[in-house]
Formats: sequence, structure tokens, C-alpha cells
Amino acid sequence: MRLVPLKLRTLRRWWAVFFLALFLFLLVVTDYHRMQGWQTSLLLELDPLTALGGLLTSGTVYKGLALALIVLVPTLLFGRFFCSWVCPLGIMNQIASRLFNRRRPAQEQERNAYRPVFALKYYLLAALLVLALWGSLQIGLLDPIALTVRSFTAAVLPALDRLGAPVHLHPPVFWGGALIAGLFLAILAANRFMPRFFCRVLCPLGALLGVLSRRAPFRIQRDLDKCTDCNKCLRHCQGACDPHRELRVAECHVCMNCLEDCPEDALHYGLARPRSSAHLPIDVSRRRLVETVVGTAVAFPMLRSSVSASTVPTAPVIRPPGSLSEDEFLGRCIKCAACMRVCPTNVLQPALLEAGIEGLWTPVLVNRIGWCEQYCVLCGQVCPTGAIRRISVTEKSGQPPHAQPIRLGTAFYDHGRCLPWAMHVPCIVCEEMCPTSPKAIWYEVAQVPGRDGRPIELKRPYVEPKLCIGCGICENKCPVEDLPAIRVSSVGETRSTTNQMLLKGSSG
Amino acid sequence: MGALAGVATGAGVLAWLAYSDEPVRREEAVVRRLPDFRVPASTMHPVLAVVHGTQPEAMVREAIGRLGGMGRFVHKGERVLVKPNVGWDRQPEQAANTNPEVVGAVVRLCREAGASTVWVSDVSLNDPARSFARSGIQAAARGAGAEVRLPGANDFVATDMGGSLLRVWPVSRFFHEIDRVINVPIVKHHSLCGCTLAMKNWYGVLGGRRNQLHQDIHTSIVDLAQAVRPTLTVMDAVRVLKRNGPTGGSLDDVAIGNTVVAGLDEVAIDAWSLQLLGLTPDRVRYLAMGQERGLGTVDWRALNWVESQVG
Repeated sequence: MRLVPLKLRTLRRWWAVFFLALFLFLLVVTDYHRMQGWQTSLLLELDPLTALGGLLTSGTVYKGLALALIVLVPTLLFGRFFCSWVCPLGIMNQIASRLFNRRRPAQEQERNAYRPVFALKYYLLAALLVLALWGSLQIGLLDPIALTVRSFTAAVLPALDRLGAPVHLHPPVFWGGALIAGLFLAILAANRFMPRFFCRVLCPLGALLGVLSRRAPFRIQRDLDKCTDCNKCLRHCQGACDPHRELRVAECHVCMNCLEDCPEDALHYGLARPRSSAHLPIDVSRRRLVETVVGTAVAFPMLRSSVSASTVPTAPVIRPPGSLSEDEFLGRCIKCAACMRVCPTNVLQPALLEAGIEGLWTPVLVNRIGWCEQYCVLCGQVCPTGAIRRISVTEKSGQPPHAQPIRLGTAFYDHGRCLPWAMHVPCIVCEEMCPTSPKAIWYEVAQVPGRDGRPIELKRPYVEPKLCIGCGICENKCPVEDLPAIRVSSVGETRSTTNQMLLKGSSG
Repeated sequence: MGALAGVATGAGVLAWLAYSDEPVRREEAVVRRLPDFRVPASTMHPVLAVVHGTQPEAMVREAIGRLGGMGRFVHKGERVLVKPNVGWDRQPEQAANTNPEVVGAVVRLCREAGASTVWVSDVSLNDPARSFARSGIQAAARGAGAEVRLPGANDFVATDMGGSLLRVWPVSRFFHEIDRVINVPIVKHHSLCGCTLAMKNWYGVLGGRRNQLHQDIHTSIVDLAQAVRPTLTVMDAVRVLKRNGPTGGSLDDVAIGNTVVAGLDEVAIDAWSLQLLGLTPDRVRYLAMGQERGLGTVDWRALNWVESQVG
């Protein structure tokens, strides 16, 4: 048998299949039973934009985010390989582009030529980094890894349950999940009109990697003597980086398709040769870049003057256990929804505008849907950025050496709706469910006159605020279905020094 | 013209077939009843066996042996469901769930008696996956040769409970797909009704908004005990949750009971268990109600009962 050297394009295809499969695998094992020590957030941690964003907002590269160097350093040398070799959204966009665009060669060449609008992603990146520098982390809105994990968590995996492939024991529901699903479908559908639309026009991670790859010594090189200007190299070009002319290095995904399409063997990947063509720098005008930066810098304080949970404590903004204080939290959370994927009770929900505009899709607890399981700390285990700290069960439940449990908020009775308080009906389901020992919910045995004057003996519940951890199981299990008679609000949460109600310390 | 006539005819037929005085077409709901899982009574054997000791496996074997052996209850080839209390995401030492060794022993006895299938199932209050794993019951059940069945959202079927309060409720379908049911509760404190024992353990067959049952808890417990008649009951009193129930959480709430009680009379077993919680039958209304309904005898001393010590 003759040994054929592996074509680079073939290598890239296998690489992409592997990483897409790895992405799906890690997402499926992000679950209490299946985690078993898997690095479930690996792809989120490989993302240099997440690491850079967090570095700008809070001055740290948190734990696994150091793995971003595995992507960053090779990009400096070999170009923007991540986008077509590793990125799950890039690979899915590529598959969608191929499915939607079966055209004649001339049309395909036209669709895969560079357009000025591709520069938009660099301005978006600049705006997002300026925001991060001011403490607001919004990269997660467009970062492809966070976007894909969020879309799969809130839309694709639950849809599989409803189509009959059981992923969850109880198919989860998500607040505004249809919005997340719709945007994801729109991104895939956009490939019908422009192949790799998201990757070429919007992706801030692609832009960052493009900037990093500017001086990569290894790149696609065109031999000016061999090239006949047939433009066939354009036909399957994924980055639309114009390999037929002077290559736009920052746009090139090193997908290696052009190497296979060139009939003259005029293209090679590697170091420049004497007759190699020149290359073009990033198509960004300095003036526009300055405009973008100044515009963002001016708009940002105005954005901050709108009310958010960090300026005014907000009752329904109950954050997962171990979350940083609201300001710091918004500086770390990339809205990836990994915490919502792993949450066993579905209580973690993507916020819409509850936490302010900056808090879109950040996790909040909606106790009508689930509750925080007392001994569960999975959300902090999977959080790639440390917006939710990696706490232990001991710390969460306040066992020694920890003096106090972590409180998410405090439960309050609505006496107008509580069955024993308002209607003389026995209940105290909340007391039964309360997980602390001693229970934060206690009751008095009261003799109350019934409608006919005869005395009724009732157990009427109270909350002991010093014991309440705000887990919300009382609210979830309350039989008053639509608006429970006991509800948790964020006041008293451990992570805030200001959102408190009780005087600390004790008197005589 | 022909096509037009065809469409018009088709529309007419469709309207004729679909015409209704009701706004929505509804299928007649299929409502099932639970079978009686009991075996014939025997005068040869006691109805209540109390065993003290420190080895749960040996205690369970002794207690069931006193009742005539598992072969009396589970026959070769039968499918058995073991129903422990696995309500909570708690560890065995916290005594909020049935002792896993007791569950394992019951499963092993069923297997030895020739059961073709043994399922261990419950409708948990905390996350079921966490509850079964952290209670140790998943590992014990699997190790002893049982399959753990966690009911999902679609695993409930409308069931006529035939009670005075409980009529049609969603019941875990596993109880409809089985020949024998063994109740394996634990002795725990419960604020609203005083204690949760064998009869109260049947809350764990229900789906739906079962938290409403608290509004008439004694009647619901008796209704449930009447609807689900188990083959055998094995009460775990190895550890007893004395207060802060039914969730517990602190080891201070737990007392060592070192006892297993097996029997065929749930009322008698519950009445016996009260002494571990410092309660008397007159303070637990559902016991007298159960006796009135003919579910059993509160005065367990009047029955044929035995007590022994192993190990």
C-alpha cells in the first residue's frame, strides 16, 4: 500500500468532527450523575475572549481560564485556526452553509469573497472590550462558545426531550427560552444568505483571534508565478479571506480548502517563499476605531445610570449560591448558562431585564419553577469564570469551620394568601420542606374561632430570619400555585453588605 | 369544476365528521385502580416481628424469617417493587431516608425467593437523582440486584384511589406494572401529623400537587393506606429521626433505634413504632381512623407478635 500524506483539509475535518463531538459530549455530561470529574467547561475555558474579558473587569485569570493560552499561543504562530477547527458554532455554521448553499462555482466564488462589512466584528470587539474595561462584561452576548452553550441548554436539549429523546428526567423550561432559541436559529439561517455570516461579520472572538493572527508566520501563501488568477480557490473559502489576491490574514481560518481547490498547486500553507504574494492587514480604519471607542466610552455611563440590581437591590434578583456581589458578578458572568444546564431543579433561569440591561441572561432563581437544593453546589463547579464561586457543601450549609450558611435571600409570608393565616385551613407544607436544622419555619398552635363560632386548632407558620437560607423550597412547594403564600426575596443575601434588614450583633 | 366539487365534498364530509357541541374534543380518560398486593393470611405465623440488633441485614432476615420467610410473600418469577422512603437529598446517618442496608437486605431476600424483577422506586421531594444517590439507596439496591426506577414527568397514570377524600390522582406507573409491593418506611417525626411511618409512606406513590393533602392529612393517609395494600411492610428503626422531621439534617435530631419491624398490619406496625418517638396512639388520629376502616389493629399487643434479638 502506498502511504499518502494526510491532506491538511482532511486533518481539519477530523479535527472539527472531534471538537464538535467533544462539545456535545461535555454538554451532555454536565449533569449530576454524569459529571464524574469531567472538565465540563473545557471549551468555555479555552476561549481567550472570556479570559481577556474577565482580566479587564476583575484583574484575574480565574482557574481554568488559563487554558486559553492553549488557543492563544498557537494562534500567534499558525493563524486563526480556532474558528474552523475547534469552535462548535463555527463548525455548525460551516455545516449549515454547505447545506444551504449548493450553487454553481461562479456564485460560490462570489459569496465567498471578502466584503467591507466583515470589519464590523472588530468594532464590536473594541466596544465590548471598552465596556469590560469599565467593569461591564457583555462579551457573552456574542461570544460563540457562551452563545452555543446557552442555546443548547435553553433550547436545543429541552427540545430533544419534547421530540422524544429523553435528555432530562423532567424536561426543563426556561424564562424567555424561545428568544434564545430564535436567535440561535437566526444565526444558523443567516448562512443561507451569507455563508458563515456570524463568523465573518459578528463574532468578537473571531475578531480577537484575527488580531492575534496578524503576524502569524505560518499562513496560506500564493505563488505569483504559478497562479493563473482562475479564482477557484475562492469557491470553498470559509473565512472569505481572498486567497486569490493578497490574502487577508486576519480573516483566514486556515481551513485549507483553497489548497485542495487550486489546480495549479500555487498555494501552500507555511512560511513565505521568494515568489509568495504579499498580504493585507486588518481592514479597520483608525478613525472608525476611535469613533467606536469614544462612542462606547460616552454611552457607557449613560447605560450605568439605568436602574439595575447593582444600584438598587431588587427582590427577584436572587443569585446562585456562592455568587459574587452584584457588581463583581456582572463583571464575571458571561451568560453561558452552564449553571442552568447543571441545576437539578431548573430553578436557575436566564434573566430578561430583572437585573437591569447588563444582566440579560445572567442566572437568577425562579422559585416557582424550582428551588436551591441544600447540599448542591454544582453551579459553582461548572461556572468557568468564578461569577459563582466553587464552594463546598460544608461552606454552603455553614458546617464548621464555617460560622454561617450561605443565604440567597429570605422567605416572607403573605398572610392574605397563606391557608392557615387567611382561611383557617391546615397546611404547613413549608415547614415540612424547610431543610435547615433547626427549621427556619416554625409554627404556633393557635385556637381561632371558626365561622360558626366554634374554636379551630391551627398550626400557623412563621419565618425565623436568622435561620432562613433563602433556598426557596417553601415557595416552590406551597400549594397556592400561581402566587405562593410564602415567597423568597433577595434581602439578607450573604453576598451583599447593603441588601440586609436585620441589625447585626446581639444585645444583652 | 371537478376539483372544485371534490374540495366542496371533502370539506362537507370533514365538517360532518368533526361537528360537535363541545369546543374541544377530549378522549375519555382511562382511570385504573391499583391491585391488592397482599398474600393470603396465615394463622401459622405471627403478623408482627420485632427484631433488635446492630446488623441491619441480619435483622431483616430474622424478622422476615419469623413471618414465614420471604418465600411466603414473593413467589418465583414475580415482579416486586420495594418502596423505601427516599424523599430527601440526605445521607444515611441523617435518618431522613430509609436505611440503605435495610433496603439492600429486602432486595436480596426477594432475589433469593426467585423474584424475576426487583424495582426500587419512590417519588422524591428533593431532586430524585440526588436523593437516590446520596441516601445510599441507589448503590445498595443495585448491589443487591434491583433496578432503580425514577419516575419522570410522563411516568404517572390517573388512578382511582377510591377514598373518601382521594379520588382520581396521578400514581407512579411502576405500581401498576408489578405483582408485589414491599413497603420499607423509616420512623420519623413529622410536625403536622406527629410522625411519618408505614401508612404515611404511601404519599410516595403520588405525583401531582400532593402538597394539598396536608389540608386533611389524616384522611389522606388513611385513604392512601386503603388504596395501596402492600404484600409486606419492613419498618426501619435502625436510626430514628426524633425531631425536625421529616427532613432532619442534623445528627442531633437522630437517635439510634437498632430495630427492624416486619409485619402484615400497617396500623399495628405504626402503633408499635410510636413508642420510639415518645408518642401514644391517641395523639395520632390516623391510627384510630385506620382501624375504623378495617386496615389493621392499633392495639398491637392483642395480635400474634414476636420479639427477638440478633447479633
